[in-house]
Amino acid sequence: MLVEKDVARILIADDEAPARARLRDLLDECRASFPLAIVDEARNGREALEVLNREKVGIVLLDIRMPEIDGMEAARHIAGMPEPPSIIFTTAFDSYAIKAFEVNAIDYLLKPIRVERLLAALNKTRAAPRPSREALDAAANQPRRHLSVHERGKIILVPLAEVLYLRAELKYVTVRTADREFLVEESLTRLEEEFSDAFVRVHRNCLVARAAISGFERNAEDSDSGWAVVVKGTGEKLPVSRRQHHVVKQFR
Amino acid sequence: MAKCGAVASINQTGAGIRLPNFCNLGVMLRSLLVVNSLLAAAAVVRAPSPDAIWLEFLVMAAFGEPVLIASIVVLCAARRFLGAIGYPAAIAVIAVFELAITGLLFQASSSFLPFPGGMTFAQVALASLFMVAVVLGYFDLRARALSPAVAEARIQALQARIRPHFLYNSINAVLSLIRTEPRRAERALEDLADLFRVLMAENRTLAPIGNEVELARQYLALESLRLGERLKVTWHTETMPADAMVPPLILQPLVENAVYHGIEPSEAGGEIVIVVARDAGRVLMELTNPLPGATKRTAGNRMAIDNIRERLQLHYDAEASMSSEVRDGRYRVTIRIPYLAAGA
Repeated sequence: MLVEKDVARILIADDEAPARARLRDLLDECRASFPLAIVDEARNGREALEVLNREKVGIVLLDIRMPEIDGMEAARHIAGMPEPPSIIFTTAFDSYAIKAFEVNAIDYLLKPIRVERLLAALNKTRAAPRPSREALDAAANQPRRHLSVHERGKIILVPLAEVLYLRAELKYVTVRTADREFLVEESLTRLEEEFSDAFVRVHRNCLVARAAISGFERNAEDSDSGWAVVVKGTGEKLPVSRRQHHVVKQFR
Repeated sequence: MAKCGAVASINQTGAGIRLPNFCNLGVMLRSLLVVNSLLAAAAVVRAPSPDAIWLEFLVMAAFGEPVLIASIVVLCAARRFLGAIGYPAAIAVIAVFELAITGLLFQASSSFLPFPGGMTFAQVALASLFMVAVVLGYFDLRARALSPAVAEARIQALQARIRPHFLYNSINAVLSLIRTEPRRAERALEDLADLFRVLMAENRTLAPIGNEVELARQYLALESLRLGERLKVTWHTETMPADAMVPPLILQPLVENAVYHGIEPSEAGGEIVIVVARDAGRVLMELTNPLPGATKRTAGNRMAIDNIRERLQLHYDAEASMSSEVRDGRYRVTIRIPYLAAGA
């Protein structure tokens, strides 16, 4: 008799119905030698994260190219979970991703997938360490479209487009949107690198969304340059440091 | 055949080099430009003083222009005969014809046109033959310069055209059908085979537009296998001239682009609208697809568009046009090519 915890709980994430059907067929064939249960199926990265918030999942079979949130971005959010599931990437052809996976030692399966390869990958999840957040970040070639906040074991996605500014505080970064604040465990320097198109550094501890700058104010308090950014919507004033003073000129 | 116009053979030995199609607007313009440049150069050399250059050019143009225009008209009319007798024979015929027309005009004009410097008939005839040689030599070089591009474009076509992504995803979709819906799997493999038959073929000659439309339909059938209800397609082919000849693989890459950039990145999918119609003396092909917000236009798209543009240029010179635009959140690409009926 199998003990419940020995059964691998699997989530299939792929935007194409035939691809999901194929994986179901293959997983059925693996069942004899690798006890498993298919928990659910997702059609994109967002649905996959929703399932993970709801269900306990041990292995995610994650397609790379999906609408909304693609597999690469979903994996980066998943890797931030306290107890992340194992991820097995699947892809038909994606020369960039494949090269990046090889370099960063991340496991993947090429579609069409053979049952032997799938079984080997499933078995590997038992022993091999999960790809680290760093490895996934390195493998990704484009910035995320969301930041993930982990609250009470659940993933909340904050669209980057809604973020007004990011401010470093001790070991966390505060993410400010029009409605509320979130805390994320990321480094401001890394965020600056990833989102350099949309955000600009105004202070050692602060990145402001370019779209959220409504203006600049002179003679601001607590500002060594005398300037402060006025944030669109909330009207908050963020000090501009002397080193970043050039930003003021750039925007005026 | 006229439909191949300025496209020369890939054969580098020259045996396959053909005369340009003098009915093509681009060829006419290029001939006018080359001859008038030569006349202008001659005027500069012959003029006794800089002030006299313009007058010199006018006098030469007054004689040269009628010869040139008459030549183009006759070469256009006689293109099928010239094409049939082979390149060397055609060159000889053209040389004799040019001498004749030059002589005729020389006789006719000598009574009222004071020929500058009193050039003899031999001199004028020699100049005329020289210009013919330069024009034909120019088109010969141009055809040679462009013909390796045909081969290269074809190879590039194979790589850029069918994205490996599409091939493997389609095979994966067929695999998923084999157990449950063997009939649909068979159908899909047949479509895939037809598609690859065209892709692997030598695609240097024109093909009926009906084949192109059929190919695009088979391609879309395969894509809808994977994408299901996300992919909606509307065809407008009511006024399509079924006998029109077009370069092969002109429509399918555009349809593939539309699916890849317009449908796949969107959760809800969207509609692709394809119009193939007769538009006065031309064939119009127009394709629109939605443009999901966050997609970046990748290099793949540009490559396919550039590829088609290059092939249109090779087949039709200046007579085909291709444009693309983004309007109301939809991407639209429009191609207009001369209407050449089969067997014309």
